[in-house]
Amino acid sequence: MSETVLSLKTLETRYGAVYALKGINLEVRKGEIVTLLGSNGAGKSTTLKTISSLIRACGGSVEFMGKNITHEEPHVIVQMGVIHVPEGRKILKELTVLENLELASFTLKDNVERQKRIEHVYEFFPVLKERQKQMGGLLSGGEQQMLAIGRGMMVKPKIMLLDEPSMGLAPIIVQSIMKIIKQINAEGTTILLVEQNAKIALKLATRGYVLETGNIVAEGDAATLSKDESIVKAYLGH
Amino acid sequence: MSFQEIFLQQLFNGLLLGSFYGLVALGYSMVYGIIKLLNFAHADIYMVGGFISLAILKFFGGTFLGNAWLGIVTAMILTMIIVGLLGVAIQRVAYRPMFNAPRLSILITALGVSMILYNAVMVITGGEYRAYKTGLGYGGFNMGSVYVTHTQAILIVASMALMLVLHLFITRTMYGKAMRGIALDHDTCRLMGINVNKIIALTFFTGSALAAAAGMMAGVYYGSLHFFMGFVIGIKAFTAAVIGGIGIIPGAMLGGILLGLLESFGTQIPFIGSQWKDVFSFSILILILIFKPTGLLGKKESERM
Repeated sequence: MSETVLSLKTLETRYGAVYALKGINLEVRKGEIVTLLGSNGAGKSTTLKTISSLIRACGGSVEFMGKNITHEEPHVIVQMGVIHVPEGRKILKELTVLENLELASFTLKDNVERQKRIEHVYEFFPVLKERQKQMGGLLSGGEQQMLAIGRGMMVKPKIMLLDEPSMGLAPIIVQSIMKIIKQINAEGTTILLVEQNAKIALKLATRGYVLETGNIVAEGDAATLSKDESIVKAYLGH
Repeated sequence: MSFQEIFLQQLFNGLLLGSFYGLVALGYSMVYGIIKLLNFAHADIYMVGGFISLAILKFFGGTFLGNAWLGIVTAMILTMIIVGLLGVAIQRVAYRPMFNAPRLSILITALGVSMILYNAVMVITGGEYRAYKTGLGYGGFNMGSVYVTHTQAILIVASMALMLVLHLFITRTMYGKAMRGIALDHDTCRLMGINVNKIIALTFFTGSALAAAAGMMAGVYYGSLHFFMGFVIGIKAFTAAVIGGIGIIPGAMLGGILLGLLESFGTQIPFIGSQWKDVFSFSILILILIFKPTGLLGKKESERM
C-alpha cells in the first residue's frame, strides 16, 4: 500500500449548534482518485472546506503527509500543496484569465517558473490561452471550470480537492473535464473528487466514500460501490 | 482678467484641489473595495499626515543637506512611511477584530478611531492653527498673466506622479493584483494561497501613505494646519470616490480631479459665487447618483453560473 497523503480522523464541523460533519474518517493514498459521494446537504463541500481550513473543525483532525494541518491558515495549507478547487468555480470575474492564473501562484517568486506553469496550463486548456486577456466573468461555465482547475495546477499541488466540477455543465463538457482530471492524476497529483453525479465519479475513481448527513455510510472500491444495491438506488438513480 | 486668464487660473486651482481630493479618495476607495468599510478615520489620517510632516520638517530645520527641496522630499517620504504604519496599526488594533462582526460595528469603530485621532491632535496642538512654513519661497513663472509658483506646479506634478505609481502598482505587480482579487472574493484568494490579512494591511498602508502625502501638500499649499482640517476634505474626497465609482481605483483619481475642476469652475458661473461651491459640487454628486448610481467608472453587477 502506498503512503497516505490525506487522512481525516473523526473530523467534526458544525455551523452554530448544528453538526455538519459528525466525526468522519477518510483516507486518500498517493496517486489515487478518491470520490466522496452524497446528496445535497450531506456535508461534502463542508468536508473540503474543513480540509482547506475555510471552516474550522471543532473536533478530530486533518493530517496531510503525516502532519496535522487542522489549525493551519488556509493560505499555508495551499502552500503545503493542498489545493481546493471550490464549488461554483469562484473565478475572479473582474480579473483577466491570465491574472487569475498568475494570482494562483502568488507565493511563487520565480517569474520564469510562473510563465512555465502558465504555459503548462495552456497545454491542458488551449481555449484559456485564446481568452487570456478576457475578463474571467466572460467565460462560459465550462471554460470557468477549466480556469478553476488551471488555477489549481499553478501551485503544482500534491493533492487536488475538486468540488463538483461537473455542476451545471453539458454532458460533453463534463466528459472532457473528467478526462483532464484523469490526466492531472496521471501526472502525479492525488485527487479527492466530490460529486453529486455518482455515475461519472465512480467511473473515474479508484475508491469512494458515501456521505449521508455528516456520516460516512459506505466506502470501498469504486467497482464494488457501483454494484452496491442501496447506493445504486440512492445515488445512481436506476 | 480676460476669459482666457480666468480659465487658466481656474484650471490650475481645480487641478490642485482635485489632486488633493484624488489622493484622499484613493484611500477611501481602496479600503472600501477590499473590506467594504467606509473608513471615517481616513480624513483624520490626512490631517495627522500634515502635522507629522510639519514635525519632521521642524526637526530637520526645513532642509536636508542644506537644500529646501530635498528637505521637503525627505519629509514627505518619511511622513508617508510613518503614517502608512499608523494606518496599518489602526487596522490591526481596531478593525481586524471586527472583520467578522456585523458591518455596522466596524463602521462605528471607524468613527471612534476618527474621534481619537482628531482629539489627540487637538490636545497636542491646543486646538490652534499652526503655520506651515517651508523654505520654498514664492518663485514661479508666468503663464500668460497667470502667476504660478514652483510649489504649486510641483504639487500637481507630484500628486499625479503618486497616482501613476499607484496605478502601475495595482495593475502590474502581484501585490496589486492580489488587492484587486481580494476586493472580489476573500475566500477564493485564500484558496489561491494568498495571505489575505497581509494584503489588507498593505492596502491600509498604501491608502494612509497617500492621504498623508495629501495632508502634507495641503500644509505646503495653504500655509497652515488645523486639527479639524480633515473634516471637509474627507467629505469631498468621499464624494469624489463615489462619483468615480467607489472601490474602483482609477475612478477615485478621476472623481477627485473632476470634483476639483467642477468646484473651481463652478465659482465662475454667473450668480453662483464661491460661497455656493459646496452646493454646486454636492448637486453634481446627486445628479450622478441619480443617473449612474455605481459612479462614472462603476460597472453593473453581472452574475453568471
